[in-house]
Amino acid sequence: MALPALIMFIGFGVIPLLGVLALSFSSWDGIGAIHPAGLQSWRSVLNPGLLHALKVTFLITALSWLFQTPMSILLGTFLAGRQRYRGFLAVLYFIPLLLSSAALAITYKALLDPNFGLGAGLGIPLLSQDWLGRGNLAIGVVVFVVSWQFIPFHSLIYQAGVRQIPVSLYEAAQIDGAGRIRQFFSVTLPQLKYTILTSSTLIVVGSLTFFDIIFVLTAGGPADATRTLALDMYITGFQGNLMGQASAIAMILVLLGLVLALLLQRLGGRDRSASQLEGM
Amino acid sequence: MSVDPTTTTRRTFLKFAVGVPLTGAALAACGSSGPTQAGAGGGGGNAGSAGSGTATYWFLSGPPGEAIRTASVNRFNAANPNTKIKATTFQNDAYKTKIKTAIGAGQAPTIIWGWGGGGLKSYVAANQVEDLTSWFAQNPDVKNRLFPASFGAATVDGKIYAMPAETVQPIVLYYNKKVFDKVGVQPPKTYADILDLVPKFNAQNIAPFSLGGQSRWTNMMWLEFFLMRLGGSDLFNRVMTEKGAWADPDSIKGLTMTQDLVKANGFVKGFSSITADSNADQALLYTGKAAMMLHGSWSYGIQVANGGQFVPSGGLGWMNFPPIDGGKGEPGDTVGNPGQYLSISSKATEGEKTTAKNFFKTQVLSDAENKQWIDTGQVPIVKGTQAQLNASKDKDFLNFVYGIASNAKFFGQSWDQAASPTAAESLLDNIAKLFQLSISPQQFADNMSKVVGQ
Repeated sequence: MALPALIMFIGFGVIPLLGVLALSFSSWDGIGAIHPAGLQSWRSVLNPGLLHALKVTFLITALSWLFQTPMSILLGTFLAGRQRYRGFLAVLYFIPLLLSSAALAITYKALLDPNFGLGAGLGIPLLSQDWLGRGNLAIGVVVFVVSWQFIPFHSLIYQAGVRQIPVSLYEAAQIDGAGRIRQFFSVTLPQLKYTILTSSTLIVVGSLTFFDIIFVLTAGGPADATRTLALDMYITGFQGNLMGQASAIAMILVLLGLVLALLLQRLGGRDRSASQLEGM
Repeated sequence: MSVDPTTTTRRTFLKFAVGVPLTGAALAACGSSGPTQAGAGGGGGNAGSAGSGTATYWFLSGPPGEAIRTASVNRFNAANPNTKIKATTFQNDAYKTKIKTAIGAGQAPTIIWGWGGGGLKSYVAANQVEDLTSWFAQNPDVKNRLFPASFGAATVDGKIYAMPAETVQPIVLYYNKKVFDKVGVQPPKTYADILDLVPKFNAQNIAPFSLGGQSRWTNMMWLEFFLMRLGGSDLFNRVMTEKGAWADPDSIKGLTMTQDLVKANGFVKGFSSITADSNADQALLYTGKAAMMLHGSWSYGIQVANGGQFVPSGGLGWMNFPPIDGGKGEPGDTVGNPGQYLSISSKATEGEKTTAKNFFKTQVLSDAENKQWIDTGQVPIVKGTQAQLNASKDKDFLNFVYGIASNAKFFGQSWDQAASPTAAESLLDNIAKLFQLSISPQQFADNMSKVVGQ
């Protein structure tokens, strides 16, 4: 059963990974011959630009997580209710996920344009900021647009998670006199522990490699304010023709993704006995 | 629940962690934007149509060039039903990446559209393009009708690797006459006049200069003129070939003037998030939100096409970039694209190459094509078109461009096209930071000295 998946994984995951690893020890302009170059690419990649890209990547990852997780938990819990109007709202909330990232980014870019955008059009000074032209604002916009697209997805995960919580737990809480808020913090949240881990891993690892929305919105700019590691890899490789260095950056990305995913796993796996559904 | 969530999910997580960055890299390798015409992506080089003589041709989309290029291809296909050319179009910024990737992957189209200079040089170094020197020697009439200056950027180590094509495109300082009248000021004659105009326009809530700064090469044009006017053509050339030339007093002065203009709010609010591909920078000029703009001569056609009555009603003014007091540069010198360039992939079959050469000979810059270029306000790189230029409704602008192109003692090729792609990327990256005021002129010079002259 797992064979087709394994073949796909080896064909599109492992083999390219080995190729990239080999390329990171070479010098190649993407057009001519590939020359072995030892550690040269790695040495030239370890510069302030990489540190900056790392910083931007982690900042966007952290802000994305901080923004998306509470929003998704709240929305997911809300949508887990069986009321019909919530079903209707769930459909509406889900729409952003169906849109192409590039189309979404182009739309936001047009809306946020300081001269022809929403703010200028409606004459609202608060909205006509230089959203994508100032470093800090641009990072905020990127986090917002990414979150806008992916909160629906994580809400869906949480909705499923909340619906799995046995009703008897809530009944017991009610008998003990817990109100709705108390129920949320004492029953729902602890029961969602693994769901939170799953969702967080997806957010963190996803943010590490986030590319399309940022590329279309800011292309890493203004200057290098939103130049994440993934963008740095692309620009170095495909615009700067330095495939060796780009491969080294790609390897750093892979390692980071692995380490973070494993860390998050450790975080959840330490006290397995706390699994809440045992004995139900 | 018998399933241990940790063991099942870890594998999934690992797969995800490993898979995603690679998918990103793999997708990027496939190009950030697909061809706009389905099925043409794999049609390049020796794939599929080998031997049939059907050539492939990739070029830029967008008005006005796309329609003219397509028309030439259609004329060729009508005349040569057995050896057709299949065209695919791309957006400017996307194309620059796509074509490099395609050539590196051996998937190049038969006819490679380009800007010559450093990009062409990297193709030549990798033996990816055909040497056309002997072909031009056999076809002197093809060569002799073109501007001689257009061959500079097509030549690498004394050999010609591309057919110069299309139009000569100096960078021009455009201004909106209606806005100038409204504010009651005169067009600038020197750079000092420009500095005087900046606060006057800002006081009326009109941006002095429009700029599509996210595209970065738009910012570069400013630096090109500053250095050219301050230090002359010599400095203009040296900064991209000689290590340390960015630290020359004139270079530092030009870099400082750039930042001074940014600090004086010389450029439109939000310029660093405006892309030139969307033509929003030009829209700012013809809608009167900005008073002036430094842009390529091709922008004239775009403003005619998109600006409604703006150009026909005489709203658009233009001039060569004004001199800077105390500068060593010739006021008539200019920078831009001395032409566009068509190369033939060395990986193409003989049949495809023959088709391409036949296309160069019969349809590139044909009379019909020249007329179309002139109709969109551009000057084809063909000698002796003055009569046609004078017959055009855009004759003022056309004669202006023809005059610059034929009178300039020095017509520099834009740095980002003349330099190697690696040096160009570094230059553009540093220019973006310079305009963002995140590095000082001295830091700019230091950063560039690590790249130039290596």
